[in-house]
Amino acid sequence: MSAPRFDAEARQGLAMISPPLVYALLLLAAPLLTILAYSFFKDGYLEVIREFTLDNYRTALSDPVFHKVMLRSVVVAMLVTLVTVVLAFPVAYFLSFAVRAERKAMWLFLITIPFWTSYLIRVFLWKVILAENGVVNSLVTLLPFVDHSPFGNMLYNVQAMVVTLAHAYAPFAILPIYVALEKIDRSLLEAGQDLGESRLMTFWRVTLPLAMPGVIAATLIVFIPTIGDYVTPELIGGGKTPMIANMVQANMLALDNRPMGSALAVTAMVIVTIVSLIFLFLNRRFLKVRQ
Amino acid sequence: MKSGGLRLYAILYLAFLYAPILLLPLFAFNDGTIIAFPLKGFTTEWFGQMIANQTLRRAFTNSLTIALTAALLATCLGIFAARASTRFNFPGKTPAMGLIMLPLVLPEIIVAMSLLVVLLAVGIPLSIFTVILGHTLICMPYAIAILSTAFSSLDKSLEEAAYDLGETKWSAFRLVILPLVMPGIVSSLLMSFTISLDEFIIAFFLAGNEPTLPTYIFSQLRFPKSVPVMMALGTVLVVLSVLLLTVAEYFRRRGVARTGQKDHGGFL
Repeated sequence: MSAPRFDAEARQGLAMISPPLVYALLLLAAPLLTILAYSFFKDGYLEVIREFTLDNYRTALSDPVFHKVMLRSVVVAMLVTLVTVVLAFPVAYFLSFAVRAERKAMWLFLITIPFWTSYLIRVFLWKVILAENGVVNSLVTLLPFVDHSPFGNMLYNVQAMVVTLAHAYAPFAILPIYVALEKIDRSLLEAGQDLGESRLMTFWRVTLPLAMPGVIAATLIVFIPTIGDYVTPELIGGGKTPMIANMVQANMLALDNRPMGSALAVTAMVIVTIVSLIFLFLNRRFLKVRQ
Repeated sequence: MKSGGLRLYAILYLAFLYAPILLLPLFAFNDGTIIAFPLKGFTTEWFGQMIANQTLRRAFTNSLTIALTAALLATCLGIFAARASTRFNFPGKTPAMGLIMLPLVLPEIIVAMSLLVVLLAVGIPLSIFTVILGHTLICMPYAIAILSTAFSSLDKSLEEAAYDLGETKWSAFRLVILPLVMPGIVSSLLMSFTISLDEFIIAFFLAGNEPTLPTYIFSQLRFPKSVPVMMALGTVLVVLSVLLLTVAEYFRRRGVARTGQKDHGGFL
């Protein structure tokens, strides 16, 4: 292709992308850079002092409360990811291999509906389910010879948060795994069995490695929003088990220490990025095995 | 035999997904203020209280305004991005698209907080307008994902045929491309509308004193007295979401059929 033709196409493409790009630059890139800049500023009374300092990071990284909250966020997000992905895999496998082609869209539709119903209400429903006078306790009390509220209060702890979040993000995990499974060439599986592998070994040595990119994608899609979740620690944790989002919010608004809040937000983003890169690196290794 | 076990598991899994949501209508019509069994009897009082509530009505109007505007803006901007990414090659395409799609992998609290800091620093007062700005930003990647599917399935030769027959760039777009991607546009509008209607974090931090449906619900959940009304409201919202999604799915399938693709199902 000649050079001027490419230039014309490039110009057209750039003109075409500019409205959404300018929007994203103004309302996403600029705010993120502002946060980054704030995290190196000093906090004054009612204002931010524009003087470079690393104090915010020093304070944050040496603060035992920050350690505890960050560790809790990572542990909760990891547990939720593990539970969601492990539970979702058989469903995705079933969808891809056992459901007839014309019924697949209906199954996917059924799985996505709960995800689009108000997140806030779904989280709140778990509060109602697990509360001392809640659905589970009152249902079990209906059985003969069971005392009032046999399980007591099941809220305000990490387990309750994990159950709630795992339920909230379940459909997220199914879709990427399903897409990866759909891409698998079915003749490879037949070849595996023709060469004398058992069904289980074919699954272990052919299906699972080929599905791995989908599993990694599912892991990321669940992990990232979970670690930054604000509502569940607030409602299900009752404010007693804050996660990083709650700590960022408290510093930004209630304590009015924007530089500190920014430093916490940036640190959280860095940790999320590192974990994501580890997952992506694992994915690359699996892809290499494939070639 | 093997797939029988899997089917049972998949059905149980679906039951687990739906069980909490089924509690909504159950307790929305239950004649008792505590959300617990046994059920007390049938009542429509909670729906009555819901309709009579002035703040709720205001929150509903606000949410509708925000969702409609954000859906329109996100879809318009999404059309530009989807068209650019599927039809043209240009320098810096990957980082540009990466930035635009970034909200998909960024915790919402970060988006909300950074926007809030900038808005306060620039001195823009918080209102439903600022919520619209934020919602457009987070709806855009979803709109682009849907629209890119619609645009990428276009046959380039149709467009070239239109040029050969004497159409201009704009008239070819309007007469040939737009009708073909219309189902994708409708689907993107509905999807963005649903996302914005349900979104809590950004609305919570950027709305100032204006209530939206999710922030109003959040403020009421602290009071046990108003929980049954929230169950009624939740029921209405779920029914509304399901209706919207069914329409969106209908248009998506029609789009798939129109451009002659194989149906792979699903939104994402």
